[in-house]
Amino acid sequence: MFANFDFDVIRRSFAYLFLDGMTFTLTLTALSALGGLVFGTLIALMRLSGLKLLGRIAGLYVDFMRSLPLVLVIFWFYFLVPYIGQWLTGASRPISVGAFASSLITFIMFEAAYFSEIMRAGIQSISKGQPAASYALGLTYSQTMRYIVLPQAFRNMLPILITQTIVLFQDTSLVYVLSIPDFLGAASKVAQRDGRLVEMYLFAALVYFTISCFASYGVRRLQARIAIVR
Amino acid sequence: MNYHWNWHIFFDPAPSGTGTYLDMLLSGLMLTIETGLLAWIIALVFGSIVGVMRTLPSKLASWIGFCYVEFFRNMPLLVQLFLWFFVLPELLPRGAGLWLKQMPHAPFYTAAIGIGLFMSARVAEQLRAGIGSLPRGQKMAATALGLTTAQAYVYILLPIAFRIILPPLTSEFLNTIKNTAVAITIGLIELTGEARAMQEFSFQVFEAFTAATLMYLAINVVVVVAMRLLERSVAIPGTIAGK
Repeated sequence: MFANFDFDVIRRSFAYLFLDGMTFTLTLTALSALGGLVFGTLIALMRLSGLKLLGRIAGLYVDFMRSLPLVLVIFWFYFLVPYIGQWLTGASRPISVGAFASSLITFIMFEAAYFSEIMRAGIQSISKGQPAASYALGLTYSQTMRYIVLPQAFRNMLPILITQTIVLFQDTSLVYVLSIPDFLGAASKVAQRDGRLVEMYLFAALVYFTISCFASYGVRRLQARIAIVR
Repeated sequence: MNYHWNWHIFFDPAPSGTGTYLDMLLSGLMLTIETGLLAWIIALVFGSIVGVMRTLPSKLASWIGFCYVEFFRNMPLLVQLFLWFFVLPELLPRGAGLWLKQMPHAPFYTAAIGIGLFMSARVAEQLRAGIGSLPRGQKMAATALGLTTAQAYVYILLPIAFRIILPPLTSEFLNTIKNTAVAITIGLIELTGEARAMQEFSFQVFEAFTAATLMYLAINVVVVVAMRLLERSVAIPGTIAGK
C-alpha cells in the first residue's frame, strides 16, 4: 500500500510547510485566542452588567454569531472588511485588507462569541461573597472585576479556555476557502503542484492530530492539578 | 459607500438556467438540510455505540471508544473530509477506489459520512457524560432485578441519559448543520456554496450572504423550537425539567 509513496515530497517542502504555513496557523491561533478572550470577556461583562439594553445587545451578538457556520462568516468578513475600512478611514473606495488581517478580524469576532460564554460561566461560578466583600472594602466596579472576579474566573475556566483554543487551532484550517497558505493551505498547494495528495494530506492530518493530542493531554494534566488544589 | 444594493436580484434568472437566484439559494438550503440530517443520523448511531462503549466495565471496550473519540476529535473537519474524499480512494484496492471516485453524488455522501463521523465523537462524549451523571444505584438496581448489562442499558440507563443530554444534543445537532458548510471545499454546493456562486455570477455579494444568513438563522430557530417541544414532552417527571 505504501509502495508508491513519495515521502521525500514532505522533506522537500518541509521548510515551506512549517516556516510559512505552520507559522501562519500558530500566529493566527494565538492572536485570535487573545483577541477573542479580550472581546469575549467584555461581552460577558456586558451580559452580566444588569443594564438591560447592553445585555440584550451582547446576547443578540452571541446568539447571532453562534448560529452561523464559520465558513460563511469568513466569507462575510472577507468581503465586508474593505467596506468597513473605507467607512472608518473615509477613503473614497474600499480599502484592500491583507489575507492575514481579514482572517484575524474574522476569528476574533467569531471566537469572541464562544469565549464570552465560557467567561460568563466562569464569572457566574464565583461566589457572591467575593464581589460583596470587595465592594465593602471600597473597591470600585472596575477594580472588583480586575483584581477579584476576573482573575478567579479566568483561572477556573483555564482548561475550558485552552480546549476552545485547540478547537480554534483546528478551525483556522478553514481559511483554506480563501486560498490562504496556512498549514493546510501550504500542504494543499504542494500536494497539487506535485500531484501528491495522499502523502501531503496524510501528513497534514498527522501533524494536526499530534499537536491537538499533546495539547489536550496537557489540558487533562492541568485539570487534574487544579482539582487537587481545591 | 459605493456599493450598489439591488434586492430585486433574487428574482432575476440565474445563469445556471434552473430558475431565479432565489431558487438557487433554496436548492442550496435543501441540500444543507439533507446533508445535515443524514450526517446527524450517522452521528447519533455511531456516537451512541461509542458513548456506551466508553462506559462499559470492559477495559478493552472503553479503550477502543477512547481511541475512536481521540481520532475524530483531534483533526480539523476539513482535513478529515480531505482524507475521505482524496486519500481514501487511493488507498483502497484499484477497483474499489475507482468505484468510489465515479460514484454519483460523491461529495454529498462523503460530506454526510465525514461530518457524521466527526460529530459522532462529540455525541459519544455527551452520552458518556450523561450516563456518568446517573446515580450508581440505577445500574445496581437494574442488576439486582436480574437484568443483563444490555437490558440495563436499553431499559434503564439510556432512556434517562438521552433525556438528560437533550439540551447539549440540540447544540450538537446545530453544529452538524453548520458544519455542512465546510463541505464546499470538496465541491458540495450547499447553502454557503450557492451564496458564493450567486456572488460570483451577480456581484451582489452582500445580498447573497444576507439571504444565506437569514436562512441559517431560520434553520436554527426551527431546530431550537422543535427540540424545546421534544424536551418538554419527554421530560422526566419529578425532575426540575419535568412537572
